[in-house]
Amino acid sequence: MTEPIIKVRDLVAKYEDKVILDGISVDILPAEITVILGGSGCGKTTLLKNILRLYEPAAGSVEIFGKNVVGMEENEFEEILAHIGMLFQNGALLNSLSIYDNISIPLEQHTKIPDILKDRIIRKKLELVNLSHAIYLKPSELSGGMKKRAALARAMALDPEILFFDEPSAGLDPITSANLDELILTLKRQLNISVVIVTHELASIHRIADKIIFLDSGKMLFNGTLQEAKNASIPQIDTFFDVGRFE
Amino acid sequence: MERTPRLQRSEKGIQIDGYLNKVVVPEFFTQFSVMKDIASIESIDIHNVTMIDSSGVAFLDEIIQRVEKLGNAPALIGASTDVRKSIDTFTSLSLRQVEKTAPAGFFEMVGDHALNWWESFIYSLYLTADTLYWAFVGIFNHKGQRKGSFIQQSLLIGVDALPIVSLLSFILGLILALQSAAQLRMFGANIFVANLVSISMVREMGPMMTAIIIAGRSGSAIASEIATMNVTEELDALKMMAINPIRYIVVPKFHAMTVCMPLLVTVSIFVGVFGGALVAMVYLDLTINAYIEQGVNALIFKDIVLSLVKSTFFSWVIVIIGSFYGFRVTGGAEGVGKATTASVVASIFAVIVLDVIFSLIYLI
Repeated sequence: MTEPIIKVRDLVAKYEDKVILDGISVDILPAEITVILGGSGCGKTTLLKNILRLYEPAAGSVEIFGKNVVGMEENEFEEILAHIGMLFQNGALLNSLSIYDNISIPLEQHTKIPDILKDRIIRKKLELVNLSHAIYLKPSELSGGMKKRAALARAMALDPEILFFDEPSAGLDPITSANLDELILTLKRQLNISVVIVTHELASIHRIADKIIFLDSGKMLFNGTLQEAKNASIPQIDTFFDVGRFE
Repeated sequence: MERTPRLQRSEKGIQIDGYLNKVVVPEFFTQFSVMKDIASIESIDIHNVTMIDSSGVAFLDEIIQRVEKLGNAPALIGASTDVRKSIDTFTSLSLRQVEKTAPAGFFEMVGDHALNWWESFIYSLYLTADTLYWAFVGIFNHKGQRKGSFIQQSLLIGVDALPIVSLLSFILGLILALQSAAQLRMFGANIFVANLVSISMVREMGPMMTAIIIAGRSGSAIASEIATMNVTEELDALKMMAINPIRYIVVPKFHAMTVCMPLLVTVSIFVGVFGGALVAMVYLDLTINAYIEQGVNALIFKDIVLSLVKSTFFSWVIVIIGSFYGFRVTGGAEGVGKATTASVVASIFAVIVLDVIFSLIYLI
């Protein structure tokens, strides 16, 4: 059996005294696209940020590449982070830097690659996301979709083994959204990257999901394939897909 | 078995073993950079490469292009399926070069700056006229303003600034008295420390210090608040609700500043004079009554009126400059930071220039 690349066990996340996630246990397998979905406020983004320690979990464990990262020393965790890319909801590009400089940040901070090779890598990553023409522009000069693609190029700068996406399709038109999905599928196919996506875009889920994790009110309702989810007869999931169909 | 990463010169070219990734590439690049006779490289043998990432591919591309420039065309040989897949994905050999736009020439830059300056000047006139008009109208008609916004802004601009204005004014009064006390004592003119402190606090230090503190504190807050609202499209949202942003955002601040500034200046003057009194009593053996009497007698009505009038003008300048930079912001978070900094610098500059003008008026 394939060993999970991320293993979450009994994860509890709290905001002040309010429990946001209650005893979540999931496995993320290598070279698979896992979609975390559920209604607004169910804790999808919180789960993502707890896995990546952007929020500190209140209880439970998160193993990445076989190491429990909860309570791990900062420098040790940074080594793990060098193998992970994250695309934030709004791109989170540094506004004061050009797109080129944004992508060069992880390369400068985590490698000793000579500038001439860095230049090649940056240009290639931008070509992969179809943004070669925007190389010297500032983020404020880009549209929402372009910002996301530039942020994806930055997330891929170090050839991560796992890529996290927080609502990649939010605010994008259907064509741009479909193109981004296609790009995610290409990355998975060609580079065997594991992808974890938080979204509630049904079209996107149908296009790319190998596996879905359904959250409801901080609890995990379902973990399996899309077809299994549809056959599971769980009212919340049925409602989610039925209502979404007509959106 | 995993091979140790290695780069070596073979008879016909280069042979690379093991993994070729961002960890080993810097070392391999150094080795390649000092290699002799690279023009004779006919092949790059990678059949022992077990894994390659984008930096590895960039390295191979760099070798190929350097050798090609010297007239040879090295072939990549022996790539496994996985390695070939990565090479195909990450190769930069067919990348189109995107040239940087050439920087503007000197005259273009000068012209551009002049146009920008002129445009900003015209905009500042419109903004000032709009603000003054709506501020005047707003006294009688509160339509288009949020309920309670005047009180809220007065608390933020006036009450919250009181501790820092008082503390700095007290220290200032203390310093003024201390610096002059030794000199005055030599001539037996101890009592004139009261004249010095009261006149300087009323005419200059009170209004000026308060204006500088408020420019740094509230002027920057005004600029950053409006700038953030601008970049997050909140101003557009107001316009779409048929609400005039100047009336809704700027006018309450303008009213609050107009009321609070003279009050803060008054507090500053009293506290500064009290700071001077402390030195007068402790160091110059003056009584508090003598100090106050002398200080009050030194002042004329014109001093007080001009002090309060100029502090009101200072407050208007701070609000208008803060709003100007807020409304003119471009470029997201970076723009907000720049607008805030620029507004503080411009406000302080404008306050000092205005102070010079009022000093000239005083002479009339």
